[in-house]
Amino acid sequence: MNLKDIITPLTVWKQAAKEPWTIKNPLTERPGADNYRGFHQNDFDKCIGCGSCEEICQNAAIDLVQVEGQESKDGNSGLRPKIDYGRCCWCALCVDICPTGALTMSNEYTWISDNPDDFRFVPGSDKTKWQNDEKGYKRDEKIALLDFDRIDMDELHPENRDKSFIEIVKGYNKEQAIKEADRCLECGLCTATCPAHMDIPAYIAAIREDDIDNAFRILYETNPLPEICGRICTHRCEDACALHHNGEALAIRWLKRYIADQIPAEKYAEVLGTKHLADDKLDQKVAIIGAGPSGLSAAYYLAIMGYQVKIFEALPHSGGMMRYGIPEYRLPYDQIDKDIDYIMSLGVEIQFNTRIGKDITIDQLHADFDSVYAGTGLHLGRSTRIQGSDHDKVYFATDLLREVALGHEIDVAKKIVVIGGGNVAMDITRTLARLQNQAYGKVDVVATSLETEDIMPADREEIVEAREEKAIIDPGWGPKEIEIKNEQLKGLHAVRCLSVFDETGSFSPKFDENQKKFFEADMIVESIGQGMDLSYISEELKVGLKFDPRGRIKVNEDFQSDLKWLFIGGDIIQGPDVIHGIANGHIAAKAIDKYLNGNKEKS
Amino acid sequence: MIKNSESKYKDYVADRSKYPQEEDGKAIIDLDSHKFTKIWQGPQHPGVTGNMSVELIVNGDEIVDAKTRVGYLHRGFEKLMERRRYIQCFPIVCRICVPEPDTNEYCVSAAMEELAGIEIPEKAKWLRTLNLEMSRVTSFLMWAGGQAGSLGMNTIPQWTVGMRDFWLDLFEEMTGGRVYHMYMIPGGVRKDLPEGFRDRVRAQIIQTKELLVDVERSFFNNAIVKSRLIGLGHIPKEMISEYGITGPNARACGVENDIRITNPYLKYPELELEMITGTESDAYERAKLRYRELHQSLNLISQILDKMPEGGEIQAKLPNVLHWKIPAGQTYKRAESTRGEHGFYMVSDGTKYPRRIYARGASYTHAISVLEKLACNITISDLAALMVSLHTCPPEIER
Ligand SMILES: Cc1cc2nc3c(=O)[nH]c(=O)nc-3n(C[C@H](O)[C@H](O)[C@H](O)COP(=O)(O)OP(=O)(O)OC[C@H]3O[C@@H](n4cnc5c(N)ncnc54)[C@H](O)[C@@H]3O)c2cc1C
Ligand code: SF4
Ligand code: SF4
Repeated sequence: MNLKDIITPLTVWKQAAKEPWTIKNPLTERPGADNYRGFHQNDFDKCIGCGSCEEICQNAAIDLVQVEGQESKDGNSGLRPKIDYGRCCWCALCVDICPTGALTMSNEYTWISDNPDDFRFVPGSDKTKWQNDEKGYKRDEKIALLDFDRIDMDELHPENRDKSFIEIVKGYNKEQAIKEADRCLECGLCTATCPAHMDIPAYIAAIREDDIDNAFRILYETNPLPEICGRICTHRCEDACALHHNGEALAIRWLKRYIADQIPAEKYAEVLGTKHLADDKLDQKVAIIGAGPSGLSAAYYLAIMGYQVKIFEALPHSGGMMRYGIPEYRLPYDQIDKDIDYIMSLGVEIQFNTRIGKDITIDQLHADFDSVYAGTGLHLGRSTRIQGSDHDKVYFATDLLREVALGHEIDVAKKIVVIGGGNVAMDITRTLARLQNQAYGKVDVVATSLETEDIMPADREEIVEAREEKAIIDPGWGPKEIEIKNEQLKGLHAVRCLSVFDETGSFSPKFDENQKKFFEADMIVESIGQGMDLSYISEELKVGLKFDPRGRIKVNEDFQSDLKWLFIGGDIIQGPDVIHGIANGHIAAKAIDKYLNGNKEKS
Repeated sequence: MIKNSESKYKDYVADRSKYPQEEDGKAIIDLDSHKFTKIWQGPQHPGVTGNMSVELIVNGDEIVDAKTRVGYLHRGFEKLMERRRYIQCFPIVCRICVPEPDTNEYCVSAAMEELAGIEIPEKAKWLRTLNLEMSRVTSFLMWAGGQAGSLGMNTIPQWTVGMRDFWLDLFEEMTGGRVYHMYMIPGGVRKDLPEGFRDRVRAQIIQTKELLVDVERSFFNNAIVKSRLIGLGHIPKEMISEYGITGPNARACGVENDIRITNPYLKYPELELEMITGTESDAYERAKLRYRELHQSLNLISQILDKMPEGGEIQAKLPNVLHWKIPAGQTYKRAESTRGEHGFYMVSDGTKYPRRIYARGASYTHAISVLEKLACNITISDLAALMVSLHTCPPEIER
């Protein structure tokens, strides 16, 4: 031991004179770092109650709970995460997974309370002093636990489709479908929003597992027209998709189509286990008016319950507007047939070219059958009723589309104007563009609507694709008069439309009469909506029914009218779209079963 | 055997004339003879590192037999992970070790990435390397306090643990957490550096080095330290491979074994990094070596700050983590922690959940077999110093 080793340690005494490092809390402020993972915050305006935070939390610290003032609506469960700080480890996985970016963390360090219950709290609802703190941990844009980009869908190039009615969308292959299915969060907001409440997360999971048979069975639990819906459904589910808030919604519709496309028609009965059904029938008979999606759905579910089902259809083919409205390039006829043939294979009868109210009365059906379901759709065109609209070169869109579907020649003009800005207007515009191309090798069709482009009701992709096919979309004009000279149609006079709805949101268009436009044309198509034809309901029956202000028959939640034997659904009640028709038909089928055999069940 | 002339154990030859007698090289300990006392150091004892205990048989104040007893800290992390999705594992593994959680984060992510065939972006590699070296610094600072404290010198712990807190401030800025950083996730890291961070780290390096001048002066040129640490817990070279000794404990007797150099990972190949070794692995030599490695880590951090590019991707694209399945396979990923070889063995059976994850910490060897061996024939008062000089950390024994 030497003296140096005894003295040297004493030379560091100067440290004693240094400023201490400790701080006097709370006298000295020491906020957390900008990025500190402190207590949670939730922006209720963004949160959709998807529960992804609950799902990812490896400590089971989160429960989704009902919160006062938060209602459930489409795309929003109304539930909010409640966090148990006895379990939370502040890993912020919940923040990183939150698809809406609602959940964040403040940089607050301390929280003192003598009530243990306080530490189980609902951020955003329980008022905390850090709720609006800007600093703290937020999900980094550069890291992604979720995939916000959709797998691209192959489509026909405009040049390869503008003369033909070949289907545009090619569909996913297996690899693409599994990749797309992988993006699903399984939150189920889609299921809640889908009118038919299809178990979307379950069939998407089955795609991931590559168990297509199972996926197909899941589809049929709630939807007997999957090839059709997989192509043209209005996909409200996708609008509700949690991924939609910061990226692209899951391609639910294309995934449904992928499933149905994988199963060949001849395997349907085997996969769905319905081989025995056709010869094993109950005595009771149900009549269905209209072979649209709604009538077909009711027929399917009644048939698998064992009822004898007979459909009466005015037109020569089944499918309703799916065949006679939706153009073939969106929904090929063989795909319609694939779905419907299977329903027919279950022993469902159909009588074509039979209009109820004309060929057979509804009273006759009431007499011959135990119950009747009517799904007759909207087939009457609506007119602008402007001067000149009664000219024989002015058509309704639905009439023309029906003619095309029936394979009839139509007299396509060289210069056409379509009035309307919805999806039906786009369908007729694009159909006419194809026909013009076929007849004259060039397109000259203009679609014009009251609405400006930003508020046009048509889907964005419809507008884009119509333009790709060289149709002109010129929105924001109000039709004034159709000019007729020497009985020849000359065109449409229009004025600038300034607004379509008033402050209360009701339809009340305002125009600037000084801004005028003349659309030259030798054919005009009106596509401003369709109306229903309930003439098959006789005056005597009407006495027993109630109607709403829009002329629709009132039904209960089972789609049962005040005449207990008469059930009604589809476009004439709800929608208008295919999936509402399917959902209504399914509910009505169950209700008809309850109506006919409910008591038996109980005994 | 013990060469250092200053060692108090220099001329020590265990006096076996009375007790305990030996048979086949093993002491015969008959407690009923009342010639021995059994005492427990730990689990609640300031002289034990973390929650473990050493069951001692003493003869007077000489330890004649020692058994490491664990079981106070079993949290079941490995089992928990078998019930967790892969992404849910990283918040768990850091909790294996308070002083140096990041090595766990790195190994578990690296194992998943290897099994899943994910290549992480360059910037993420830099940030991980920075993170690991910062965590080595904090771990060494904590050890430095522990080593001085174990000798009853309570000033150095105040300084070094205080200094460690400034590093934790930097961790807080960089990762969002002070102790458990949960920064490295499969695929990369969670954040890029905040504005001005590099300069704050550089300033912190200077501040640390300044303090270390005083720490080292008062520690190494210190009669008490020398008299107590020199010769204590000597590890002969033969023991290294026989016992599986790694890290500073092995390097201190000249074994060239530093995974950062021998099996380099992340950005270590791009850094100037030399193998630091000693000659005689006793407590004093090991302390000297750890201080040199502390300086080495500070130096590596400076190099990283200079070389790491600005911007760039920080995470490789993962599949949806909620359904993430890793192809069946197994791997062992390791890294150099301040205590030695730290590794994770991972088995995937192709499902959403890991089939088996095994965490290997250097302390499993150092705090059990090595400690039990070296504790014999030292005094009770030196046991704490010995333990710290092996840098034992019970949480990595019991995961
Ligand atoms: C051009 C166009 C495009 C559309 N595109 C889409 C789309 O992309 N996606 C979507 O979801 N929806 C779309 N729709 C709407 C969709 O087609 C309808 O909402 C759906 O078909 C309504 O189903 P439904 O069963 O109620 O009636 P309909 O499909 O209209 O079927 C009713 C059936 O009843 C028959 N019928 C009517 N009266 C009688 C009677 N008295 N006796 C016997 N039979 C009768 C009709 O001939 C018809 O076959 C489109 C509609 C049109 C017009
Ligand atoms: S993940 Fe986000 S949006 Fe979904 S419930 Fe949790 S906080 Fe709300
Ligand atoms: S921070 Fe981590 S532990 Fe806490 S609630 Fe979120 S996911 Fe669960």
